[in-house]
Amino acid sequence: MHPKIALIDQMSKAKSEEIRKTKDGELAQDIPSFRPGDSVTIAVRVVEGDKERIQNFTGTIIARRGSGINATFRVRKVSNGVGVERIFPLFSPNIQSITVDRNGHVRRAKLYYLRGMSEKKIRQKLR
Amino acid sequence: MGALLGKKLGMTSIFSDDGESVPCTVIEAGPCPVVMLRTKDNDGYDAVQIGFGEIEDRKVNQPTKGHFKKSNTTHTRYLKEFKNIKAETGEVLTVEQFQSGDMLKISSNSKGRGFQGVVKRHHFRGVGMTTHGQSDRVRAPGSIGGSSYPSRVFPGMRMAGRMGGKRTSIRNIEVLQVLPEQNLILVKGSIPGAPNSIIEIVKL
Repeated sequence: MHPKIALIDQMSKAKSEEIRKTKDGELAQDIPSFRPGDSVTIAVRVVEGDKERIQNFTGTIIARRGSGINATFRVRKVSNGVGVERIFPLFSPNIQSITVDRNGHVRRAKLYYLRGMSEKKIRQKLR
Repeated sequence: MGALLGKKLGMTSIFSDDGESVPCTVIEAGPCPVVMLRTKDNDGYDAVQIGFGEIEDRKVNQPTKGHFKKSNTTHTRYLKEFKNIKAETGEVLTVEQFQSGDMLKISSNSKGRGFQGVVKRHHFRGVGMTTHGQSDRVRAPGSIGGSSYPSRVFPGMRMAGRMGGKRTSIRNIEVLQVLPEQNLILVKGSIPGAPNSIIEIVKL
């Protein structure tokens, strides 16, 4: 990467940090280290009309991609029998905190094979 | 009106105040010395010639050095002329003439794509069917005209050929941020050309 683009990346990260600090105050946490297979809870800011509130999204990390400011991660959960996947930018200012609930043990970087599996099978896989 | 020469560095994204991720292109632009003024009396048209880019002293020949010496500017790698801007010889143009929210026109040579077929080059849809005996015509151009009349192909018929590598301009590109200490401009979205290509920036 060109050094000056790296500089812009740093600036964006700093700005994201700043937005989180001003909006969340002490609730804003540093980004923890996590990897595919981990169960996480993400506190994400949701805008409804002109109000903002925090919504929790709990699920399994099934993929991480990208580098620098463009890095994202993909979280999957099963809600009322329907699989839901969300992609979050790692440095998004709309994420208040990421909490790692449980570490999974998997051998693959992308866990797309979890999509067709039953809950029981997934539990076995992530142990 | 303002104009500047620059170099495309690449793309990244920044966050807006609402927390939205905005794709942006990073341009290193200026400082551009004004080397010469073209005037109606002398050259038949009005324009401002500006330079951009460092170049080693030993790579500049004597006639070029003389050209720069007239305006007391240091020699640059590139020279380009812009119409409809106001500047004095010897003045140095920088990114400070732009501010966030400005709309720009950006021109550059687009990326060369080599010899390409009509589907990529002219957005043809191919012949379409893969059955009814059409086994290998999915990306074919189809008919290019009549037979006995006119007995020729009309000029300008769109066909396969060299694509890209041509001067391309995009208007209404928004400036997101200006960093004068770094000589950088961040603009929203993409611009023509590969990284490290020289680009012309004109304020609309």
